[in-house]
Amino acid sequence: MVALTTFSIIVVWPSTPSRYLPGDFWPAGRGIKIGNWERETMRLGLDLRGGAYLVLEADPPPDYQGDIDQALESAKQVVERRVNAFGVSEAEITRASGNRLSVQVPGISLTEAQDLIGKTAALEFMVYDDQYNLVPATGVVNGQTLQMTGAYLKNNTYPSRLGTTFAVNFETTGVGAQLMEQITTRALQYPPGDPRRLLVVMLDGQVLSEAEVQAVIRDAGQITGQPTFSAASTLSKQLNSGALPIPLRTVQASEVSATLGEDSVLASVKAGLVGMAAVMIFMVLYYRLPGVLASAALVVYTSVVLMIFKLVPVTLTLSGIAAFVLSVGMAVDANVLIFERLKEELRRGRTLNAAIDIGFRRAWLSIRDSNVSTLITCVILYWFGDQFGAALVKGFALTLAIGVLVSMFSAITVTRTFLKMILGTPMAKSAFLFNASERPAQERPRRRMAEAAGE
Amino acid sequence: MLDFAGKRWWYLGFSGVFFVAALAALAIWGLKPGIEFTSGSTFTVQFLERPVSQAELRQAMRELGHPEARVQASGDNTYIVRTSELENAPSLTAGAGPVPPGEIDDIERGLQERFGALQRKDFATVSGAVSAEIARYATLAVIAAAAAILVYIWLAFRQLPKPWRYGACAVIALVHDAVIVMGLFAILGEFRGVEVDTAFITAILTVIGFSVHDTIVVFDRIREMVTHDPYVPFEEAVNASLTETLARSINTSLVVVLTIVAMLLIGGETIRNFLLVLLVGIVAGTYSSIGVASQVLVAWENRDLARFWRKIRGQQELAAAEAA
Repeated sequence: MVALTTFSIIVVWPSTPSRYLPGDFWPAGRGIKIGNWERETMRLGLDLRGGAYLVLEADPPPDYQGDIDQALESAKQVVERRVNAFGVSEAEITRASGNRLSVQVPGISLTEAQDLIGKTAALEFMVYDDQYNLVPATGVVNGQTLQMTGAYLKNNTYPSRLGTTFAVNFETTGVGAQLMEQITTRALQYPPGDPRRLLVVMLDGQVLSEAEVQAVIRDAGQITGQPTFSAASTLSKQLNSGALPIPLRTVQASEVSATLGEDSVLASVKAGLVGMAAVMIFMVLYYRLPGVLASAALVVYTSVVLMIFKLVPVTLTLSGIAAFVLSVGMAVDANVLIFERLKEELRRGRTLNAAIDIGFRRAWLSIRDSNVSTLITCVILYWFGDQFGAALVKGFALTLAIGVLVSMFSAITVTRTFLKMILGTPMAKSAFLFNASERPAQERPRRRMAEAAGE
Repeated sequence: MLDFAGKRWWYLGFSGVFFVAALAALAIWGLKPGIEFTSGSTFTVQFLERPVSQAELRQAMRELGHPEARVQASGDNTYIVRTSELENAPSLTAGAGPVPPGEIDDIERGLQERFGALQRKDFATVSGAVSAEIARYATLAVIAAAAAILVYIWLAFRQLPKPWRYGACAVIALVHDAVIVMGLFAILGEFRGVEVDTAFITAILTVIGFSVHDTIVVFDRIREMVTHDPYVPFEEAVNASLTETLARSINTSLVVVLTIVAMLLIGGETIRNFLLVLLVGIVAGTYSSIGVASQVLVAWENRDLARFWRKIRGQQELAAAEAA
């Protein structure tokens, strides 16, 4: 038993975030210096840090032929690329049901987000004219002057090695082949080294690459001069997802200002601390010594859960905080269940050691069944939230599920270890400290009593 | 040992009153659906320069072409405005160019001209197609949760006779709690303009989870007693279980209520409704595990309804015999 206890302590303590407890997280997390806390430890949801949330739905024209699913997947990449290019960190773009994309961009307003996503993303081929100005690379197809753009590339480009540098290989569509032939033929008139021989690829008005035309390009070509493989690979990806492959329509949008988010964080942290203090005071007054142990277990519980939130990381939203508070309640409930059983067993005159074992064994079934039913609810909530990319609901479900799982662990392992730790001390002998002195065993149906006595 | 089961009709009658009242509130007023369920837009705005009255803001919205706008005060010179779906969301086509300014920006400018500096704190818009889907999935989620819980309890209590009764009683209790909370929201919606949104669904599901959590703890005691000694009268086993779990039920609820009240008093405005659902739901959930789930179980075991029915039939026959 001692070995088991020692082992439990070993298991419990490293999982306690000792590296967070005294250091960066705990003192700052008291709601005094939120800025610091937010950056270093918790990943906060939009409602807590401000930002824009959009649900975009594929809005294909009536004559749309392509595969919507695939188009949406590349639309997702396009949106991702644009958001990342904008320098927004921790943006989340996910597929949602019904041909939708859910986009969360922290720290910017809705108008900015829509600007960002709706921005023209044209891939253009450019050349230098005789005055060495950059002009669109055009050709004439069926009597029409057309600019060579990403629309005339097949989206199956791939990067490859080319001597010491890297290149992106592309194939053109029918019209693209004619355009490229005319453009490259024209460029080849000029001697190597002449800027007019260069073919410039631009994305959203920014130069992606500049390469000298080596030969006439028709069905397939290469964009050379990429310094690294990853540069070539990125370019290839960008080419494959040059423009939004399918029109997107905003079906749901919301925005939270950063100040509102900050207010919520401050209020929630304060409320959480007050709530926890109230719970601890109650536990100590009602359960005495075990209440003190449960309060200690609660501290361990809270730090383990917060550590998991940080390490996974779980994006913490307002409803997630509510879920966390609820899970604290459930963690305490597990302890309450155990202590009530413990008290009963003590009043029946068992030794503390035996009472702990029996109390835990009896309490476990109800802890398990009640928590599993909560977990079931969590799974269903998560699925529900997932259908819409509703971060609020998903965050709630995930937070509650983690909380419930850790609470099962904490009740069984941590509280038990603490209880066993005081076994050898004089405290263990005091019925007062366990609030188990007043009454003898409670009345139970007679047969039950007889059996309990014979156990 | 307290005699719960003997007074079961008092307990059931007590919650029956609330249940019927909640159903009536739902039938009369119905829930006030938020934009997630009907489509539309809402925004929260705080006026920084001078106090603006609700009537002034409503007038301004009318002038800006939104006579349908609903204005609700929300703290310090701050209002939540709800309108029909705003044209803020143009199609983001491949070659669309910069997004044209949305209607929300026009409104913001219009309000600024009238009332001076202001801050738009949040904005949300939902189109009709999405809202219908959310409503459908929300219903599905609640039904699925109830079904899954029923099946789980059935399995967890399978060594008992008629285990599915336990599941059914837990589900009856959770429906009871959900209806009471929804009824409260029908009342709040009518008198204080509180709307039902996805957060509300989350809260209802949490209440369901908590209600079942509580019910299972009681049922677990009954299970323990019945498996150890199947010859104890069922009523007695239920009474003993309820007596033994009473302290725990009250303590746990008290702990959760303490935290929720703390959040309600200090926490942000935004989750107030959410917390209110939780608070009422948890109180209802605690009561229902004692006063509904367990009592229905006893009534079922004793075939109370059948007996009741026979009694009525008997009286009818007696009356018929007398009449004849």
